[in-house]
Order: sequence, then structure tokens, then C-alpha cells
Amino acid sequence: MKNIFSPRLRVALLAAALLMFPVVFSGAFARDIGVAFLLAAISASAWNIVGGYAGQVSVGHSMFFGLGAYMPLLFYTLFGWSPIAGIPAGIVLSVALAVVIGMPTFRLTGHYFSMATIAVAELIRIFVGTWDFVGAAVGLQGPATARGWWDLTFRSELPYYYIFLAVLGIVLATTAFIERRRFGFYLRAIKSSERAARSLGVPVRRTKMQALALSAAFTSVAGSLYAAKTGFIDPDSGFGILVSVQMVIVAALGGAGVLFGPLLGALILIPLQIATNTWFGGGGSGLTYILYGGIIVLIARFEPGGLFELWYRIVPERWRRAYAA
Amino acid sequence: MVAVQVIVGGLLLGAIYALFSSGLTLIWGMMNFINFAHGEFVMLGMYAALLAVVWVGGGPAIFAIAAAVALAVLGVVIYFSLIRHVTRGPMLAQILSTFGLALLLRYTAFWFFSSNFVSLPPNALSGTINLAGIYLPIAQLVAGVVAITLTVALHLLLTRTTVGSKLLAVAEDRTAAMLMGIRPDRMQALAWGLSAGAAGIAGALMATSYPWSPSVGETFGLIAFVVVALGGFGSVLGSLYAGLIIGLIQAASAFWLGAIYKDIVVYGLFVALLWLRPQGLMGKV
Repeated sequence: MKNIFSPRLRVALLAAALLMFPVVFSGAFARDIGVAFLLAAISASAWNIVGGYAGQVSVGHSMFFGLGAYMPLLFYTLFGWSPIAGIPAGIVLSVALAVVIGMPTFRLTGHYFSMATIAVAELIRIFVGTWDFVGAAVGLQGPATARGWWDLTFRSELPYYYIFLAVLGIVLATTAFIERRRFGFYLRAIKSSERAARSLGVPVRRTKMQALALSAAFTSVAGSLYAAKTGFIDPDSGFGILVSVQMVIVAALGGAGVLFGPLLGALILIPLQIATNTWFGGGGSGLTYILYGGIIVLIARFEPGGLFELWYRIVPERWRRAYAA
Repeated sequence: MVAVQVIVGGLLLGAIYALFSSGLTLIWGMMNFINFAHGEFVMLGMYAALLAVVWVGGGPAIFAIAAAVALAVLGVVIYFSLIRHVTRGPMLAQILSTFGLALLLRYTAFWFFSSNFVSLPPNALSGTINLAGIYLPIAQLVAGVVAITLTVALHLLLTRTTVGSKLLAVAEDRTAAMLMGIRPDRMQALAWGLSAGAAGIAGALMATSYPWSPSVGETFGLIAFVVVALGGFGSVLGSLYAGLIIGLIQAASAFWLGAIYKDIVVYGLFVALLWLRPQGLMGKV
């Protein structure tokens, strides 16, 4: 009885379920939901590294997402290159931007970082919206017709699904890896008390910086995938505040600082979002964000640890022992 | 002469920035807490003024006071129902509480008022005045003067009165203040009422001169961040100076660089401040 649901088996079951999903649900709509779910899970898992584990709550992660989304399409528009070429460029720019933001703000504690991220993201959004070189307010368009794998442009949802799934696997595996290393312990120490962590010899600023850079790189990849899938990007869908909101809420609902928290959050929120959009038509997106705002407030007020923590609290300890073993 | 006009216009707008930013800095100084929904308070103040005009009628004094009272009540309600419970919690809860509140207020406003721009009907402050060759809308002039007066009054309230001393005592050391017979909860609720009330009246003052839609809250929230970062966290006097400076910079860059660059210049200034002087003009880290 004890080992039936060992953590390793549970991960294997989860992986199998995700791999089989598009095979079982072969309708275009279901696969579309699957792809949206994976994308939300990737970007929220990337956010989770700095926002969840390190407790440095960024509310402007769209700046990395947008950079990642713009670079492939910019390279395509300028030189006709494959969007794949833009992915590393987006990563490099995002990490550089992370350093520019982290250097000054990580000297200070608390809310300063959050304020800086939201302001910088907004600055970039407005700036990109006025800059003709990157399409100004209209945005950029990708390849209209697929030239094959090289363009990351497919008629079917299926290739996107598995590419996104592979990237999600990489992000989660990296997170799981650092979770158990010294680096992961540093992050959690900083989250619970920066002063205590520093007095115990944790290199606080450097660790926060590394977490932000890693998170920025993954978020940028998420942006690139979004651009490849949509084939179109404009300032609002790349750098808009709602892009950041989505990452924050998906991670926080499931559980910020929990490995599978973003997955759980995306599993609940993406179908909810698609349902409100379907039921209420064009006006539904406004309703979605009223709902998002309400959910965020409720999480903050009643369950800042997210659903995973709630689960751990309400499930009797006897069961948990059986699980944990 | 045009330059003088731009400068005066910028200073008058800056005075309103100073007024609502002083509300943000008050909360920061009291509780070490950033209110991400502060810009939404300003936006709601504008709609409160409009609703007061439509439902009650009456002049600028009535709708400005109505907006201030409505927002002050909202601030106190939000303090008791939400903020009080998250201040002791983790950083994530503190930031998410007002961030989620901002979304909730903004999109609820979209829901009720639609995304169309609206403006107040003509009132006693409509029209322009010629001051030694400078043409100024009366509404801007009155709003600027009222905003400066109120910001100075808030500063005096904090530094020269018993209530102000109590507020600062709670900010300094909650437990010690409690031992002196001050109720921290009441003082913090008062701070939220004052903060939201300042945002509300600032919104009503701005509504007399500018059309608006629910999306202006985001812009005002960010401007308040910039003002507070420039003036120093927790300093009302600092945010008065900083508000005037930001208004001036915005008016000047809108005039000489073009209207689309005014926000870029201001947010760029914020990023530069982060690098060079994160504690602001008058603040301590």
C-alpha cells in the first residue's frame, strides 16, 4: 500500500496523461485548450522560480515574454530567417534586461522589485508601441504559409502540443533539479527571511540575480513559443500587463514555490478562461479579468500558499505520510 | 510665452499628481506597504464625481467632496476586509492583495462604465482666464491650487497634530504605540481612509479638466510610483516637490517631444532613479 503512489510513479502518471491527452481528445478544440494550458504552465513555471521559490514577486514578467515573442518575428520580418534563430536572441536580451533590473532593485527589499518590474514592463510596452522598426502599435507577423519544421509553423495543433510539452518538461526538470541543490535552499531561505539568510552567509543578491536571470530566460522561450504558435505579436499581447497577470495568477493559485503549483493553476484557470470567453463572447475577456482579480484577492486573503498548501492542510496527516513515503 | 504656459500647465497638473501620490506615500510610510490599486482609486474618484453630478447635481465643491468621502469609505472598508489580514502574511500575499484589487476594480469599472471616454458636463469651473497673457482653464487653476493646499494640509496633519503624532507613532513602532494607548488598527484604517480620500478628491479635480476611461487608473498608479520614488518613500512633502517636478517634465516632454513620449520620459526617469538614487530626493532606504 505504501509505495503504490510514490512520488516517482505520480510524476510518471502525470507525464503519461499529458502525453496521451491529444491522442484521446483528438478534436481541434480540445487540442487548442491543451496547447493553451501548456503555454500557461510553461510561463507560470518560469515565473515560479523567482516569484515563488525566491519570493521576489515580479508583476512585470511580460517584458521577458514580449522580448522572446518579438525576436523570432523580428528576425523573420527583417531577414526572412527561421523564427528559431530569434529564440536565443530573445533569451540573451531577456537575461541582459534581468541584470539591468535586478542590479539596482535587489539592493532593496520588499515591494521595490515589484514596482520596478511593473514600471519597466509598461515602459517597454509603450516604447515598442511607438517604434516603427518593430511594427509600432500594429505589431509583427510571422510566416503566412508554413515552409516546414524550420519555420515552427504547422497546420495541426499536434506538433505544437508536443514541442510545448517538451519545453515544459525541461522547465520543470530544471526547477526540480535546483529545488534539491544548495541553490534551491538559498532561494527558500531568502524567501522566508532575507536578513536571516544573509547572516548565515547566503549570497543574497547574487542568488536573487541568478534566479531572475534563469526565470527570464525560460519566460522568453515561452514568449517565442507563443509567437511561433500565433504567428503574430503586438505590444499588448507581448508586453501587456495582463500577460504578467496570467503568470502570477496561474502560479499563485496552484501554489507559488511548489514545483507542480503552476500546472495545477493552469489546469483550473485555462478551461475557466476559455469557458467565460465562449459563454460571454467578446465581452467575456473583461469578465475573465474581474474573475482573475477576485481570485487573486481571495488567494492573498485566505490562502497565500495556494491550493497545494490547502490540500496539505485539509488532507489528514495519515494519508500524507502514506503519500510522502 | 508659450513656454510659460506649458510650465504653468505642467505645475498645475503636477499638483494633482502630488495630491494622490501623497496618499500612496502615506500608506508606504505607515505600513511599509505598496498599494498597487492606488491608481484605480483615482479612477474611481473620477467616476464618483461623475455619478455625483448625474445623481445629485450641484457644483464642483459638492462632487469633489462626494468623491473624497466615497473613496475614503472604500479605503477604510478595504483596510478592514483585506489589508489588515495580509500585512502580517508573506510578501506574496501583500503584493497580490492590492494587485488583484487593482484588476478587480479596473475591470469592474470597464464592466459598468464601458471603455468609452467620458467627461464631466460643463460646470462652474468651465472657461478660461487670462492671467497676464497666459491663458489658463479655470478648472486647472482651481484644481492645482486646491491640490497643493490639500497636500500641504496632509503634511501639516501628520507633523503638527495629535492625530498625526499617533499615526507616526504606529508607523514607528506598532507595539510601543499600543502600549501608549493608541489603537494601531484604527490609525491604519484612518491612514487608508486619508490615502483613498486624497486619491478620490484628486480624481474629481482631474475630472474637471480631462476626459477619462477606466484604463487611466493604470497610468495614474504608475505615475504615483514614480512620484513616490522621486520624492522618497513615506515623505508627503517629498511627494509634493516630486509631483510638481513630474508634472513639469511631462508637460515639457509632451510639448517639445510629442504627446506619445510623455509617459516614456517619466517611466524612463523612474528606471534611472532606481539606478542612481533608489531612496528618492528626501527619503531614507
